[in-house]
Amino acid sequence: MRARLHDSIWGVVAWIAGIIFVFPVIWMVLTSFKQENVAATNPPSWFFAPTLAQYTQVFDRNITPFLLNSLMASIFSTILVVLLATPAAYALSLRPVAKWSDALFFFISTKMMPVVAAFLPVYLLVKHLGMLDNIWTMVILYTSMNLPLAVWMMRSFLLEVPREVLEAGEVDGAGLLTSIRKIVLPIVSPGLAATALICFIFAWNEFFLAVNLTATNSGTSPIFLVGFISSEGAFLARLCAAATIVSLPVLIAGWVAQNKLVRGLSMGAVK
Amino acid sequence: MTVTVARPDRRTQPPVRPTKGGAKDRWVRRAPLLPALIFAIVITQIPFLYTIYLSTTSWNALRPGDRPFVGFDNYVTVLSDSRLRSALVNTVVLTAGAVIFSLILGLVFALLLDRKFLGRGIVRTLLITPFLVMPIAAALLWKHALFNPTYGLINGIFGGSTDWVSSYPKAAVITTLVWQWTPFMMLILLAGLQSQSHEVLEAARVDGANAWQIFRRMTIPHLRQYLELGALLGSIYLVNTFDAIFSITQGGPGTATTNLPYEIYLTMFRKFEYGEASAAGVIVVILTIIVATFALRVISSLFKMEENR
Repeated sequence: MRARLHDSIWGVVAWIAGIIFVFPVIWMVLTSFKQENVAATNPPSWFFAPTLAQYTQVFDRNITPFLLNSLMASIFSTILVVLLATPAAYALSLRPVAKWSDALFFFISTKMMPVVAAFLPVYLLVKHLGMLDNIWTMVILYTSMNLPLAVWMMRSFLLEVPREVLEAGEVDGAGLLTSIRKIVLPIVSPGLAATALICFIFAWNEFFLAVNLTATNSGTSPIFLVGFISSEGAFLARLCAAATIVSLPVLIAGWVAQNKLVRGLSMGAVK
Repeated sequence: MTVTVARPDRRTQPPVRPTKGGAKDRWVRRAPLLPALIFAIVITQIPFLYTIYLSTTSWNALRPGDRPFVGFDNYVTVLSDSRLRSALVNTVVLTAGAVIFSLILGLVFALLLDRKFLGRGIVRTLLITPFLVMPIAAALLWKHALFNPTYGLINGIFGGSTDWVSSYPKAAVITTLVWQWTPFMMLILLAGLQSQSHEVLEAARVDGANAWQIFRRMTIPHLRQYLELGALLGSIYLVNTFDAIFSITQGGPGTATTNLPYEIYLTMFRKFEYGEASAAGVIVVILTIIVATFALRVISSLFKMEENR
């Protein structure tokens, strides 16, 4: 009985902490439904007549191409990452190559390299090839950005395939492709989905490469927000509407994948 | 972090011992790995080698065609430049500040979530939400909706008319980063807490240990590796912080919040000093190698732990 009471007190504390912590996001969404003059009041206005005016404004200012560019860059790079990382992870887990751990650590080492340190040659090459402001450039770069993460993550999911089942399959005469299709894929497909979602999230949110390599044609969602940087909050409500729109896909993806999120973020080092 | 690959812990055993097959078998094993490996080498290693080359030339993009070899001059310039030194200090302060505070707050949240209560799943969802908001959106949200001196939410609730970003630029950036990264720390530490053996904790309770003793003597030692992992992965991501600086302070006031990535960006795209920017980039990589070596050791030890379980 006492333990029960104890738990519910801590539960209330957790609820309060959670609401305070997430409050800036709630405030962002609330503000996005205000008129500009209501958004910029002091003290803040808690009760107001909600309006969709800011959302209409943001779409009138042509946010759609930016969203589509982000969607393209994120989806295509995610597909490419999964296609490259899954076989590699297989070669590093179930049927490992000789120096599997060296290869594994090589991948992670590329993730630890600060982007700025290798960016200039990439920029010069892209410029030379006339590929600035091109969505396929972003697809390639986002693929290399997410590849190490995906290799590590997929490997940790592949290691969960029970080896006995694989061996039993081989004894029963299942070929490589059959055992991959019938045994490995069903077991790792939730992990595969989680890996893809995390790669999507990182690609969607990426800013540095986008701000330096894209402009009007292939600007991604974060680039739409750059216009608000120096506006000194004159369009606070509109900023909040735009921020809500660009964050929404990742919020939904992240909420769906939250059980697997930790594994991806720690590159499979923690279950 | 590209030239050397840190040696993994020798004690890390392969999941399956590679069998000694013939040459054909070895290629069959290697084939699935090669596309990813080649892709990663082409996109990351070759540009970095070129960065090293660029760092030995004096190249300003405003003077095209003139790119003399200058050896280590750029390194001397960069290392004796007071802007770069202050950028280095700022990087350390911003990264360490953000990592330490998000780790502490993340631990508190993880401990709260480790208990059973009504709506625990919902609270967890609330707590991870800041991590999912687009970083540049989060930075602008804090700058305009929370820190604004005249109608920001912070002054609105607590009164006063403090211009948070101008008066406390580092603290403003760190606060935003902590808010974004606490969920990351929380998720890793929560995984650590939930991997504790319930029988052992129960046994300790039966033996008369109180909650604090259990926390001090059992939970914290168990969490140590998870704390290290969170700190190191967090540092690797946070050292690269660019969005928040770019959108909240633009490195200012003065150079108060200019970190290394932002300084290199300015050298590249404002001063067009490609040689100096490259040298600074190489220095950052060397510093990262040092941090990353520790990171890899921690990850290796976690692998070991997992296998011994």
